[in-house]
Formats: sequence, C-alpha cells, structure tokens
Amino acid sequence: MTTPLAVHLSGDLMLGARMLARGLDLHCPAASWTVLLGPSGVGKSTLARLLAGLPCPAHLTGQITASDGASLEGRATLMAQTDQLLPWADVLGNITLGARLRGQKPDRTRAMALLDRIGLAGLAHRKPATLSGGQRQRVALARTLMEDRPLVILDEPFSALDAATRAMMQDLAADTLQGRCVILITHDPLEAARMANRAYLLGPQGAGSIALPDTQIPRALSDPATLETQALLYQRLMGKVA
Amino acid sequence: MSRVSRAALSLVFALTLWQGIVWATDVPHFILPGPARVGAALLDNAALLMGQAGFTLSNLAMGLTAGIGLGILTALNLALSPAARLLLRPLMVFAQAVPIFALAPIITLWLGYGAPSKIVMVALITYFPVTSAFFDGLMRLPTALDDLCHQMQARPFRRLILIQLPHALPALGSGLRLAAVQAPFAVIIAEWVGASRGLGHLMLLSNGRGQTDLMFAALIVLAAISLCLFTAADRLARFWDKGR
Repeated sequence: MTTPLAVHLSGDLMLGARMLARGLDLHCPAASWTVLLGPSGVGKSTLARLLAGLPCPAHLTGQITASDGASLEGRATLMAQTDQLLPWADVLGNITLGARLRGQKPDRTRAMALLDRIGLAGLAHRKPATLSGGQRQRVALARTLMEDRPLVILDEPFSALDAATRAMMQDLAADTLQGRCVILITHDPLEAARMANRAYLLGPQGAGSIALPDTQIPRALSDPATLETQALLYQRLMGKVA
Repeated sequence: MSRVSRAALSLVFALTLWQGIVWATDVPHFILPGPARVGAALLDNAALLMGQAGFTLSNLAMGLTAGIGLGILTALNLALSPAARLLLRPLMVFAQAVPIFALAPIITLWLGYGAPSKIVMVALITYFPVTSAFFDGLMRLPTALDDLCHQMQARPFRRLILIQLPHALPALGSGLRLAAVQAPFAVIIAEWVGASRGLGHLMLLSNGRGQTDLMFAALIVLAAISLCLFTAADRLARFWDKGR
C-alpha cells in the first residue's frame, strides 16, 4: 500500500439550488476510521459518492483534498450496502474483477490469500447466489481489499446483516483495513460507537463533532464506554442534546 | 402427469376433433383432408418432403446465423461507440417501422429465385429484434455495476465484455425467441414470392394441383421445424435467465 493518506472535505453540499448540508468541514485523518453518522436523507450516500469520485447529482461548493496534495482519482474505493457481486462470476472472479476490468493480469495468489484471511477459503469457485448475506459482504470486502486503495469509503455496508454477523464484519473490516483512511457512513449509533476514531453527526446544519472514548477500535461490545457513547449518540440523533 | 404426456393427450384430442369434423361434414378431401389421409401423404412423400425441407432448413439456418451474428455485432458496436449510436440508431428505428415482409418481392427481384433471396429475408427479419433486444440489455446496466466499473477504472471494451455482455444475455435470449418465431415466416414468404424448391414452394405447388393432403403434410413438417427452433431458443433464453 502507498503512504498513509488523510482527506479533508469542506463546503456546502448542494442538490441543484437546495442545500443538503451547510458548512461541512470534515477532517479524516490517515490510518484511522472517520464515521459520518446521520439519519436518512441528509445526503450521507451523496457524500460517499462524491468522496469516491462517482457520478452524482449533487455537488460540493468547496473541495475534497488529499493530504499529499495529489488528486484522489483512482485512489478511493467505495463499498456499498448492496454487495454489487456479479451473479454470473464465481467468488474468485468477483474479487479479481478490478484487475480484469483494467486489462491487467489478476493476482490469483493474493486473491486466494485474501479469501483465506477473510474466512472464505474453499469458497473460491462458488457463485454468489449460493452464499449467505454475510458471506457475500465478505466477498465484497475482499474485492475492496484487492483494489488496495489508500482511501476506503464504506457506505452502510453492514446495515442489511443480522446483529451478530454485523459485529463480526466490523471486527474483520477493522482488522483488514488497518493503515488506510477509512470513512464509514452509517445511521447506527452502536456501529459509530464501536468503529469511530473520529465521528461527525451530519444534519442540515452541517456536521457536528462527536466526543468518543480514547480507546482502540473495534471497541468491545461489553465495554461500558462503548454503550455509554451509543446512548449519547442516540440522544443526539433524536435531538435531545444540542 | 408429465409434460410430454399432457402434450400427447392434447394432440390426440385435436386429431380426433379434426377427423370428427371431416366425417361429420363429409367435406371433399381436396378442401379438408382428414388426419389419416395427411398422415398417408406424409409417409408416401417422405423423400420429397425431406428434400424440400432440407433446402428450406439450410436457408433458415444460414439466414439465422447471419441475422443473429450481425445483430450481436451491431449491438456490441452501438454499445461501445457513441458515434455509431448517433449515426445508426435513427436508422434502426426507421428500419423497424418498415414491414420487412413487404420487401420480399424486391429482394427476389434483386437476388433471384435461389437460396440467396431466402437467406437475406431470414437475416433481415431476425437482425432487428436481436439487435434491439441485445442493445437495450447492454445499455441498461444497473447503477451498482456501473459504479463498480467507474471506480475500478474499467477500460470500455473490458467493461463491455466482462460486465455489459453477461448482464445482457437474458435480453439477447428474448431477442432470439422473437427471431425464432419470425424466421420460419420469412423463409416461407420468400419461397411463396418466388422459388423453385423448398417447403413453401411445395405448398403452393400442391395447392395449385389440388393435392391438399400433400400441402398439409408440408405444413406439418414446417410446424415441426418451427417448434424445434423455438424450443432451442427458449432453452437457451431460460438457461441465461437462470440465477439472475
């Protein structure tokens, strides 16, 4: 992987003439997880698309800059809520898709090692339709890791999974994405409390910073500090605390 | 009851009804021959029918290959090149509005009574549904897959072959189904307009000579060919549909 990268996003998020979020000023430090927490409809996914450089109807009045001053083009990858797996390709074919689409020779050895690491060894030649929801998201994670980009944007990738599978995926993602600038978009206070090194609460009035325990991620579910943070985030999401 | 035995049962029912009408109305056999008489004509003229069917079938096969092949190539080219879309799409829409069957006399005038006019008719009839169905499938890529290509910096040709093409196979399947239905029409009409061989030619000839039983026998052979063709296209389309 390349040198650690930090990302800064600033400006108003506009959809045509309508303002989705005002005065954003998001600092996403290198080698850490920045969580953007917010209810539906505040433009979280729009931000994810902008950060990933995907076509998007909204635009930012400010800019997205990388710590090294270079363009982010080709250095970001987005993992979405839907796993985006190709139904006609097997697991190996799906995780080596990037190389094949770029006309490069896929690195099968690395792909197999990755499959092993995310606990899918032996499933390399299965079709996505024969996998469970959790397994499919593991494949999507492996595909993201294969791309080996310094900026990884996770747009609620675990929200459709059951609670236990979700917690396991969070652990796995924290482990495998270490050293990258990860931006996790979520509406789940517990996910934010577990995964964030830094967190912002998104709303129409912009992004507010959130205080977090000064501990390693993923934080244990049994840790009182995690649960306390979760409760605090619930209150802020429900508008009880300014 | 299995599908085969159900089909056999309804066939027996239809044949009984047919024979019943012939007996009840005592209609002359040159107007409506009964199934027994048609069956006899089928057996007596087996060699003749096989020969004519062979000519029709080979034209059908060559026309289908050309029409489907060109259709697939056109759709792939249109999907890859915005310039080609700009130039060819209005033409394609216009061409679909032309009743192609009405071109049969002109094509026969240009290409003569032999095989080429039949092959071209079949190719023309199958080309448009295959092209338009496959092209629509190629262009209707879900946003999720489009995003994937975008962030993986896919080369346009790789994107076409690895993502768009497999995604469009079910759409191509519907195009092939349409082609399989239309192609036998095209070959028979081309033979009616002008031919010296083929099942369509045999039907016209036997009709003119009052050999209605032979005409029906030719019709049955043609129906069997159409059915096989459609079943093949349908099987392929179902195979592509599976697991989507």
